[in-house]
Amino acid sequence: MAVITSGVDTGRKVRWTIIDVVVVVYALVPVLWILSLSFKTKATLGDGNFIPREWSLQNYADIFTTNEFLLALVNSIGIALIATAIAVVLGTMAAYAIARLEFPGKSALVGFSLLVAMFPQVSLVSPLFDIERSLNLFDTWPGLILPYITFALPLAIYTLSAFFREIPWELEKAAKMDGATPGQAFRRVIAPLAAPGVFTTAILVFIFCWNDFLFAISLTSTTRSRTVPAALQFFTGASQFESPTGQICAAAVVITIPIVLFVLFFQRRIVAGLTSGAVKG
Amino acid sequence: MSQALSEGKKAERRLGLLLCAPAAIVMVAVTGWPIIYSIWLSLQRYDLRVPAKQAFVGLDNYVTVLTNGYWWNAFGVTVGITVVSVVIELVLGMALALIMHRTIVGKGLVRTVALIPYGIVTVVAAFSWKYAWTPDTGYLAAMLGPDTAILTQKLPALGAITLAEVWKTTPFMALLLMAGLALVPEDLLKAAAMDGAGPWQRFTKVMVPVMKPAILVALLFRTLDAFRVFDNIFVLTQGSQGTGSVSMQAYDNLIKGLNLGIGSTMSVLIFITVAIIAFVFIKVFGTAAPGSDPGRR
Amino acid sequence: MAEIVLDKVTKRYPDGALAVNEVNIEIADGEFIILVGPSGCGKSTTLNMIAGLEDITEGELRIGGQRVNERAPKDRDIAMVFQSYALYPHMTVRENMAFPLRLAKVDNATVEKKVTEAAKILDLTQHLDRKPSNLSGGQRQRVAMGRAIVRSPKAFLMDEPLSNLDAKLRGQMRTSVSRLQKQLGTTTVYVTHDQTEAMTLGDRVVVMRGGVVQQIGAPQFLYDHPANLFVAGFIGSPSMNFMPATLENGALSTPLGQVALGDRVRSAAEKANAPREVILGVRPEHFEDAAVLDEAAKARGSVFTAQVDVLESMGSEKYAYFTVDGEQASSAELAELAADSGSADVPSSGSQLVTRLSAASGATEGGSVQVWFDTEKVQLFDPSDGRNLTYSAE
Repeated sequence: MAVITSGVDTGRKVRWTIIDVVVVVYALVPVLWILSLSFKTKATLGDGNFIPREWSLQNYADIFTTNEFLLALVNSIGIALIATAIAVVLGTMAAYAIARLEFPGKSALVGFSLLVAMFPQVSLVSPLFDIERSLNLFDTWPGLILPYITFALPLAIYTLSAFFREIPWELEKAAKMDGATPGQAFRRVIAPLAAPGVFTTAILVFIFCWNDFLFAISLTSTTRSRTVPAALQFFTGASQFESPTGQICAAAVVITIPIVLFVLFFQRRIVAGLTSGAVKG
Repeated sequence: MSQALSEGKKAERRLGLLLCAPAAIVMVAVTGWPIIYSIWLSLQRYDLRVPAKQAFVGLDNYVTVLTNGYWWNAFGVTVGITVVSVVIELVLGMALALIMHRTIVGKGLVRTVALIPYGIVTVVAAFSWKYAWTPDTGYLAAMLGPDTAILTQKLPALGAITLAEVWKTTPFMALLLMAGLALVPEDLLKAAAMDGAGPWQRFTKVMVPVMKPAILVALLFRTLDAFRVFDNIFVLTQGSQGTGSVSMQAYDNLIKGLNLGIGSTMSVLIFITVAIIAFVFIKVFGTAAPGSDPGRR
Repeated sequence: MAEIVLDKVTKRYPDGALAVNEVNIEIADGEFIILVGPSGCGKSTTLNMIAGLEDITEGELRIGGQRVNERAPKDRDIAMVFQSYALYPHMTVRENMAFPLRLAKVDNATVEKKVTEAAKILDLTQHLDRKPSNLSGGQRQRVAMGRAIVRSPKAFLMDEPLSNLDAKLRGQMRTSVSRLQKQLGTTTVYVTHDQTEAMTLGDRVVVMRGGVVQQIGAPQFLYDHPANLFVAGFIGSPSMNFMPATLENGALSTPLGQVALGDRVRSAAEKANAPREVILGVRPEHFEDAAVLDEAAKARGSVFTAQVDVLESMGSEKYAYFTVDGEQASSAELAELAADSGSADVPSSGSQLVTRLSAASGATEGGSVQVWFDTEKVQLFDPSDGRNLTYSAE
């Protein structure tokens, strides 16, 4: 019996391995392709080969010596970090209230953030363009941070309130019985338990802000606040007659690195965050 | 003492409102107010190149847009991309969800790798696809042989755009569906097997009905998201050869044409369309909006 | 250590619902007292009010002679064991048990000593550095107990602490809880819905129903002298058999035939002004197979003949189940008990009689048997208000 099952298992394992390989190829080919392009020399860039024949770091050297990319990178990092921090703080407050407190207007808030999550962002581009110009927010960091916070908030609120609902709040009572003040109960028991959820949410929100293109291209006009995804559109070659392809690919790879790191180190958390927020609401 | 109790209740309400206020204010200020403002703008003739000519024109802008062939082409393109990509994503996403849920080897690896398309910056992925299809440069163009410039013909270009969309968002769909799969009790599948259901019947007769709420939520989210398609088109074709979506049209009128009146009109029309889609999902299909009734699940 | 006094303690929710109504309990220093009742009877609310986790609407709570209504839980110096154990998942067993001492700013050496001591008592020494998620249910339960005992509080409060364990482990833990309490001599209030725990653990038992105390007393006393139908039906497993009966001229006509009442029962019923229609209650062990009794014993009771539906032989004894024709006894109390035990959902015709016969009985399933019951031990209840018409305090 044992022999037979192990035989079946081997067959199943082989089948699953093949399926897994298909998934891996599907997910990675476009990423590997742009990685490959970024390492190609200018001469071999147009050879259509998936694996570079000649390797070179020239494209990376090029982008890191131009202000165009460096400024955009600073904008991207700064804007995404600030928007993430604010959205997570506001989202945590709201999610705690939604998960733990009874108050009027709770379902209205949940419904409204759902509306915002479904909102066609392009519908905001025209009015925001005009409003931000008159408020002198156009082409500034706050001009992008504000819409990022807004559209990240529903994501943050859903994910966090799903996490908060799973915290065994009886522990708060237990801590009180063990002699803790409300402050101590929060600091020593609830905060350590809530931290992973907040952290996961921060990653999701950061990815969202890092990813945006529509607002970045519409609400900026100079390197003052243009983020990398928008800046890529304005890359020019080193000379007028040179194609910027290599540099675009190198820059694209650079801004993909944080995403890959997040995914590698926090795969479980990201999956848990995305699924709990979406289904359990 | 009972007075003190209701005091406690009041304090809880106050705290709840206080904690939610900042989030609510930001969301209303950045979405609610601008959408009203854009309705007002859409009733104006307002071209930034000739700002002096700004005037109230009633529904003229709507007539202009709705009798315009470019708008309807963009609308058709958007609907086409949305429908085709969401259908493909549902099928592939379900397959991927089953793989991530049930694989017996390398579960962590599959899940990690599948998250990469989800996380990657859309513009980056779009550039990858663009260079893959570019004649002489790309591996996909090389496979198709010489003289096939996919991105310069309407239908092939739309196919490329749809492919890029599908690649990028299938993992997200799969994750939502996987959460639904996790809600299907293992015992239910065993019971169905004992009742004589084969694998396909277990899938269609047991899993899918139990997962229906999760499937509908995933479809709703993806449909609305697909309707906003912008990044991929912007990078892949710039909207040439009639491949622009409604979002591209609105953007072009605003940023390139600097015509705020027409741009806002399109914004309002897109908003209305999205509202109709959401309404149809929620009322007709009975999609439970996530969070609408947290107590039930 | 201290005594705990509940003086007309009442809990009313803002929506007007009355959860606990004027509860008076005096718990002596070192006493082990059980609060028992079906779910929703107010026992947990009462416990939470003693803990300070819920406000007291009216009445006074005194611990060690001092009013503590307004004190926060941390200032009451009492420890609690929760049904879910409420162990801090991010702390090791050692840190969990040390937590209350750390909050009280006890010095390290003392913390170490107390935790080691408690771990030894609870047999947790080798698990001290593990996280709760790596422990079995029984071990978690012991950690929760440990966290309560390290700080030598004035009292322990326990909220169904064993209900998440499987039956066998529950039995073992029951004896160790009992031993631990005797060893420490700490006043303990223990909430349960399990009447076996109520019978075996406590010095005294408080039976509650709908926020009202039904009866307070030693377990055996409650068993022998239930104040009303509710207590009679709640205490004891299998529970007391109830059937409608008519009382006339000192004789009782029952579905089991005419019964001549003993002197004790008859005089008590007269004194209590019993109505004509009553509910007869007989405990399963007050039945016996007539064949195994001598004539003298038989004369003290009444005999009927019936067909055995189901016979369960436990080795040391036999349980025989009969169906009794006619109406089922009905009252609000019995309906509530049935709902609580889930037996209201079991379809049955007529009422079922559970009897405990000695192992020597020759009863067979489906066969007819002559069954005797002790008419001195029967109880009569008033169907309108449930009071025990044969209640006597001695």
